[in-house]
Amino acid sequence: MTRQEVEAFLYEEAALLDAWKLDEWLALLTADAYYRVPSNDRPESDPGGTLFTIADDIARIRSRVARLKDRNAHAEFPPSRTRRLITNVRIVERQPLRVEANFAVYRYRSNDDARQYVGRYRYLLRKEDGRLKIAGREAILDAMELASLGAVSFIL
Amino acid sequence: MRLVVNEPQAFRFEVNRAALVDPAIHDLEQRRIFDRCWIYVGHESELAAPGDFKTRLVAGRPLIFCRNGENQVRVFLNTCRHRGSLVCRSREGNAERYTCFYHGWTYDRDGGLYAVPGQSAYPPGFDKKQFSLKQPPKVDAYRGFVFLNFDADAVSLDEYLGNAKEYIDLVIDQSPSGEMQVIQGTQEYDIRANWKLLVENSFDDYHLLSTHSTWLDYLKNSGVEMKRPENGHMLPAHGVGKDLGNGHATTDNVNFRGRPVARWIPIYGEAAKPELEKIRAELVARLGEARAARVADTNRNLIVFPNLVLADGSSVTIRTFQPLSADRMRVTAWALGPKEESATARAVRLDSFLTFYGPGGFATPDDIAALESVQQGLAAYREVPWSPMSRGMAKEGEQLNTDELHLRAFWIQWDNLMSR
Repeated sequence: MTRQEVEAFLYEEAALLDAWKLDEWLALLTADAYYRVPSNDRPESDPGGTLFTIADDIARIRSRVARLKDRNAHAEFPPSRTRRLITNVRIVERQPLRVEANFAVYRYRSNDDARQYVGRYRYLLRKEDGRLKIAGREAILDAMELASLGAVSFIL
Repeated sequence: MRLVVNEPQAFRFEVNRAALVDPAIHDLEQRRIFDRCWIYVGHESELAAPGDFKTRLVAGRPLIFCRNGENQVRVFLNTCRHRGSLVCRSREGNAERYTCFYHGWTYDRDGGLYAVPGQSAYPPGFDKKQFSLKQPPKVDAYRGFVFLNFDADAVSLDEYLGNAKEYIDLVIDQSPSGEMQVIQGTQEYDIRANWKLLVENSFDDYHLLSTHSTWLDYLKNSGVEMKRPENGHMLPAHGVGKDLGNGHATTDNVNFRGRPVARWIPIYGEAAKPELEKIRAELVARLGEARAARVADTNRNLIVFPNLVLADGSSVTIRTFQPLSADRMRVTAWALGPKEESATARAVRLDSFLTFYGPGGFATPDDIAALESVQQGLAAYREVPWSPMSRGMAKEGEQLNTDELHLRAFWIQWDNLMSR
């Protein structure tokens, strides 16, 4: 696995999320995948003993996607426009395959200030049937508090 | 002008929207509400050891919430007696002393001024004892919840809390040792709306069906039993709203949404079932059947006037919010659990918390969206000045959680304090 291959994969994922192709995005995840956003004041913690902002197992991720596709998910209806810039991609471990990357996610809603979610991703990737898949992704925000970011109502 | 119209005979209760928009009213609130009431500072369990501290904004003031060398809880105004700089600029930590970096004045953990660089240049009579860190006139705690009051003549915390204590006790009784603990990990986020909208939203069950249909669908699809509402109810279980006096109020609902102490729902997973049964058995052994059922089979969202919410629902959350301006607040939320809780039970509690609460939950983001939508609509407050709040008013006796008695209780106290 080369860094370019990993980068290409992360860019494809970002494109799906920015396009709100959430079912296609789900297809990138393994059957035991997790998605986490730690609390801003405890960025290096375990969700079993620390309150997170998001700590989804795969069932919860699927429920989250079902919710986001419902027009009654009022925080994201109409859906925000997002644009993800992903840089500084590094393979930090090969067995298992762990990848870190920086992100800047810009989020726009009608009549609202632009919100900039900046931080780093921590991915656990795995090959299944010859294809790269996401076994875990953690989005760690640099902001000391969510403060003006408000909520994390879309998939970060 | 009165901003709340309360005419029980005419079944009329209306709130003037200027109360949620006007900067002059926001300024007056700081004096008449936040300078007079007991305001929540933090929970004793957030400070584990002597010297531990947290800094936070409470009632518009920067505070140091800490323990001194003898492990006693202290609250200081976080402003140097020399020029006013923040004495402590870290969010949290442990300190032997607090040193203001500007000119180097240093304070001990009881707030006493310990050292002044170049002290000999001050005229004779300069006395360090007169320059201790200032403490609020009153600080007191009820069962671990620490409050302050900036009014030296205020009634005692005990008297102030009054009937709300019964509902705080129901939270505390979930712990075998009687000690609840704030779990690490803080949710801190702004809402671009007036803080009183969050008071209403925190225990207004009328909005549940329309605002949180995706959350209700999630519960249903996860196998949670949801009975069809009967007898004029809007929700799957019976629930009431109660006025507790002094502006405090609560909902008191038969639980259908699961509780970490101790009512299992499929979302918790089969593996957690024996653990929850164990918790239930301990509860019954300690409190008896009736009290155990009271603690475990009802959920309650309590407002301690003006800005503390204890939401004892899908999990226990402490939520407080500071008005930043008429149209903006800063919310801080923590998870609370029994100190001796097992790792399994703790994980269930935190997972259950996130199904509903918080900026990444399945419900709170939609509440935030609702409040911000209200605030945007309120820009037309001169043309559309009044909001009705009369649900349940024509009814004798019990008021439902989807009625508005408990909202009115808050607003009546708000109006009383603002008018004098």
